[in-house]
Amino acid sequence: MAEVSGPMAGASGPAADLTGTRLDPVRQPGYRAGPVIHWIRFLCSELSLIFLRWRNLALLAVLAAIPVLIGVALKLSASPAGGGSGQGPAFIGQVAGNGVFLALLSLTVLLTLVLPLVVAVVAGDSVAGEAGHGTLRYLLAIPAGRTRLLGIKYVAVVIFCLAACGVVTAMSLAMGAALFPVGPVTLLSGTTISLGAGLLRLVFVTLYVAGAMAALAAIGLAVSTLTEHPIGAIAAVLVLALASEVTDSVPQFAVVHPYLPTHWWLSFDALLRSPIAWPELLHGLTSFGIYVIIFGAIAWARFTTADVTS
Amino acid sequence: MSAGYRGAGQRDEISFGNLGAEPLPDKISQAAGGASPAIATSGLSKRFRGGQLAVDSIDLAVSRGCVYGFLGPNGSGKTTTIRMLLGLVQPTSGDQELLGVSMPAGANTVLSRVGSLVEGPAFYSQLSGKANLARYDAADRTADRRTAEARISAALDRVGLLSAARKHYRAYSLGMKQRLAIAAGLLGPRELLILDEPTNGLDPQGTREVRGLIREIAAGGTTVFVSSHLLAEVEQICSHVGVMRTGKLVFQGTLEQLRGRGATRILVRTAQPARAAEVLAGLGLQDVQAGQDEASAQLGEQPPEEVCAQLVHAGVPVAGLATPRPSLEDLFVQLTGEGFDVDG
Repeated sequence: MAEVSGPMAGASGPAADLTGTRLDPVRQPGYRAGPVIHWIRFLCSELSLIFLRWRNLALLAVLAAIPVLIGVALKLSASPAGGGSGQGPAFIGQVAGNGVFLALLSLTVLLTLVLPLVVAVVAGDSVAGEAGHGTLRYLLAIPAGRTRLLGIKYVAVVIFCLAACGVVTAMSLAMGAALFPVGPVTLLSGTTISLGAGLLRLVFVTLYVAGAMAALAAIGLAVSTLTEHPIGAIAAVLVLALASEVTDSVPQFAVVHPYLPTHWWLSFDALLRSPIAWPELLHGLTSFGIYVIIFGAIAWARFTTADVTS
Repeated sequence: MSAGYRGAGQRDEISFGNLGAEPLPDKISQAAGGASPAIATSGLSKRFRGGQLAVDSIDLAVSRGCVYGFLGPNGSGKTTTIRMLLGLVQPTSGDQELLGVSMPAGANTVLSRVGSLVEGPAFYSQLSGKANLARYDAADRTADRRTAEARISAALDRVGLLSAARKHYRAYSLGMKQRLAIAAGLLGPRELLILDEPTNGLDPQGTREVRGLIREIAAGGTTVFVSSHLLAEVEQICSHVGVMRTGKLVFQGTLEQLRGRGATRILVRTAQPARAAEVLAGLGLQDVQAGQDEASAQLGEQPPEEVCAQLVHAGVPVAGLATPRPSLEDLFVQLTGEGFDVDG
């Protein structure tokens, strides 16, 4: 690219030699803020787009409403004999005894469909939505920078994942405390820890689930760079997640189970043992990390080279 | 078309100043000596994956400070060229420079000095006009957060949208949307403005305003590269033109050079058109036509004053003599093909 030829060289004359070393003559005067400040400003703009959008707020409201529903249903059906006879999801039997478990129950229930759906909507929309609106071409012409834009998009979606999981946990805790007794937490391994220690474990569980969702979001981001139709991207991510869950439930496919994106999602119960079941936990976190790296790389490779014709 | 188009009726009394001007498709006189051109491409081509050659080896040369009209029928490759200039689409081959910086490699450094409007406005419909500009400003690494408010207001003011700044974008009329897009291009100091069909969808008042705005911006020293399929538009604001046809740049030069390309006719108003036609034919002129009270012919290389003298000498009562220049529209159609024959 350094050497130009033909009429172009003729037209640019001696200045062409300076091309590589030319400094920008016009910059906004006196302004030399670091890249971090610009990064944060852009991220805040991205976050406000995500969190001030009615659709996304409605999704968060659904996430907040489901723990309420579960809590009320359990309160109404709570028989003194205890319904936890092995039927239904994990933790269902413990909720009546300790409201803290409502959070674990809610996360378990929501992880099967609603949380992946919410994350798929926001992640699938991230790039495809901008492309579909045509705003992507303006962002790139500003220039936002392709790698920078993709990075901002992903960080914003991960923050949304954290918020989504946080909403579930916070709402469940509030409902659990309102409807059921709350006290020291008996772990799955039988030991009892203080309420404070139990809540700390719950925070880690929430972070773990958010990590699982961040891995799904990386898949969503990659899919999102492939199309300018956000609905298509959202549907594709959701279908991928559901297909993975179905495959995970078929024993004949046991060989591939550890490699499925959804396989380790419910392994957060490793955090509810004493001592913590580190091998399983690390397996899960490694799986999420690998998915983030692979699909992040796919998204980057695609997005930094794609022709933007929308 | 006919309402705003002035070229068709233009007749210059015996003007032959540009008869000998040769079109120089590859060169434009450098307005700013020494400075790198605003836009320079060489052999720039784009073949899309479907195999379609959208842009075929074009050599654009846009010198600093000019208003360059980028003409061509729909589908002739104008927008693809603009997308390549802005680094949105990767060229299949060829080199391109914006303000002396190689693109798309230098996109992150040079594009902040370039304002653009590509294929119509695109904004977030749920945000207000002002919030939309703030969003784009936040994406700009070179923009100062502390002056954002003032710059956004100034840009809105410049396009006359200050009073609608807090209105939702979805409530904007088409003209307001278009003006907001121009405002987005004016958020920072720009050396080059690339505008793709800036008056699309505007009413006559809006079109006038945008024209005035472009003139004002150009007067401030900013180079303006404006694509259009409206000839009247280009004729009024541009100093230079490039004409595209099916991906090829078929003409590049000043507006005068484009006009000079056309074959000028000589038109004699007289009470004896038949006699005048005889004289014109006798002088060896082509395509002689006699009408009710006028005769005309292709002027060719003949000086019009010579033709006039011959007519008078032959006793033709010459009531008026004119050398109407071919309208820009005629030239455009000559260059780009007729109506449904437009290839592509």
